[in-house]
Amino acid sequence: MDLSKASFRGYRRENGRAGVRNHVIILPLDDLSNAAAEAVAHNIKGAMALPHPYGRLQFGADLDLHFRTLIGTGANPNVAAVVVIGIEEVWTQRVVDGIASTGKPVAGFGIELHGDHDTIMRASRQAKEYVQWASALARKECPLRDLWVSTKCGESDTTSGIASNPTAGNAFDKLYDHGVTLVFGETTEITGGEQLVAKRCRTPEVAAQFMAMFDRYQEVINRHKVDDLSDSQPTKGNIAGGLTTIEEKALGNIQKIGRKCLVDGVLDKGEAPTGPGLWFMDSSSAAAEMVTLCAAAGFVVHFFPTGQGNVIGNPILPVIKLSANPRTVRTMREHIDVDVSGLLRREITLDQAGDLLLEMMFKTCNGRLTSAEVLGHREFVLTRLYESA
Amino acid sequence: MTIHFVVHDEGDSVGVVVVEGVKAGNTLTGWIMDQDKIITMQALADIPIGHKLAIKPLAASDTVIKYGVDIGRAISPIPAGAHLHVHNVKTKRW
Repeated sequence: MDLSKASFRGYRRENGRAGVRNHVIILPLDDLSNAAAEAVAHNIKGAMALPHPYGRLQFGADLDLHFRTLIGTGANPNVAAVVVIGIEEVWTQRVVDGIASTGKPVAGFGIELHGDHDTIMRASRQAKEYVQWASALARKECPLRDLWVSTKCGESDTTSGIASNPTAGNAFDKLYDHGVTLVFGETTEITGGEQLVAKRCRTPEVAAQFMAMFDRYQEVINRHKVDDLSDSQPTKGNIAGGLTTIEEKALGNIQKIGRKCLVDGVLDKGEAPTGPGLWFMDSSSAAAEMVTLCAAAGFVVHFFPTGQGNVIGNPILPVIKLSANPRTVRTMREHIDVDVSGLLRREITLDQAGDLLLEMMFKTCNGRLTSAEVLGHREFVLTRLYESA
Repeated sequence: MTIHFVVHDEGDSVGVVVVEGVKAGNTLTGWIMDQDKIITMQALADIPIGHKLAIKPLAASDTVIKYGVDIGRAISPIPAGAHLHVHNVKTKRW
């Protein structure tokens, strides 16, 4: 596929970023505000609530990550405008101010001294204005280099490592050459392939940063494990799919970064990259956590290869699912956007499979809804670093 | 020609079954992707789709190679054509 003149029709945001969706979100600061947020989204058609279970009595780095994830989600260019609801106004305002730095419309509402009814009424009035304003925005032609693409695989099996992950990698290699911003992560699932990733880092400094992140995660596992990780990594689903060891899973996993592109830098969880290229994000390998962090970092479209059939989606980040397992493609057809099982039958080449994924990526970026979006998969899962105070 | 299993690299010890319903005694056609070669093997067990078969004999404690890389060790002897999985292979980590 010739990508030299490729473009997509996106929404140009106030800060210059390009989005591929136009959501108005109702973002709860904390667990207590979910009810009001969902009530507003029920009142105002076209607004979407993002309920979650956290935000109370967190502290230190864990609280920083909470704010970074909420602010990043609101700031994501797939979001046109944001209503933030919190139990009290000070932390609510902190999220509002963070999102407002992008220039996009955002308003916050505190529940204390008002109660749910009054909060829902005030927030619904604002949400209605935002939805009508956003609905009048038009898609405009954006160059390919304005696209930010993330990847993470799930319910992997051996077909992931043979075919669907290399397909994502083939697409990453092609996008990398055109200045697209790319990310992968899943720190523990690199185990056994960490030296291969380190060798792909652009500079010794980046390799050292990557290895520091990898070693830190290994230390967390060693501190908390009861015997070994073989009950969790590979997962029961992975083992049912034929994956035997973490090394085999990891070597399959890192096929997603292709064969050519180099790792240009590393990111903390939910941290936005500062330039184009391939980034490694220190992150959990749990699908919804990782994809939520990609959305918070500002990525606008996601490649999700699956073997046994993970059904994940995200509220604001369209998740394109691809599978090469012929049984999954047959039994879970409604979840799979791109069928690359032909690779295993020698019917198509890896280059052709990569192009199939890119074709679906452009369709998705131009507005086609993914299977996960149509099926209502909106998994919004915040990563926690440790227990609350 | 139906491909029954796929091998990444000809140096690997294993192939991955990519069709459903492989039974013990079946003659299987395998495709070595990196060298684009075809090989045949006799299945010694029923092997589910996505699971591996040994394509060369392994002794206990031999290293298992896939993608040209160490993915663990055999914990019992594994003849060529046998089902290779968590019952006869373990990670060297953790």
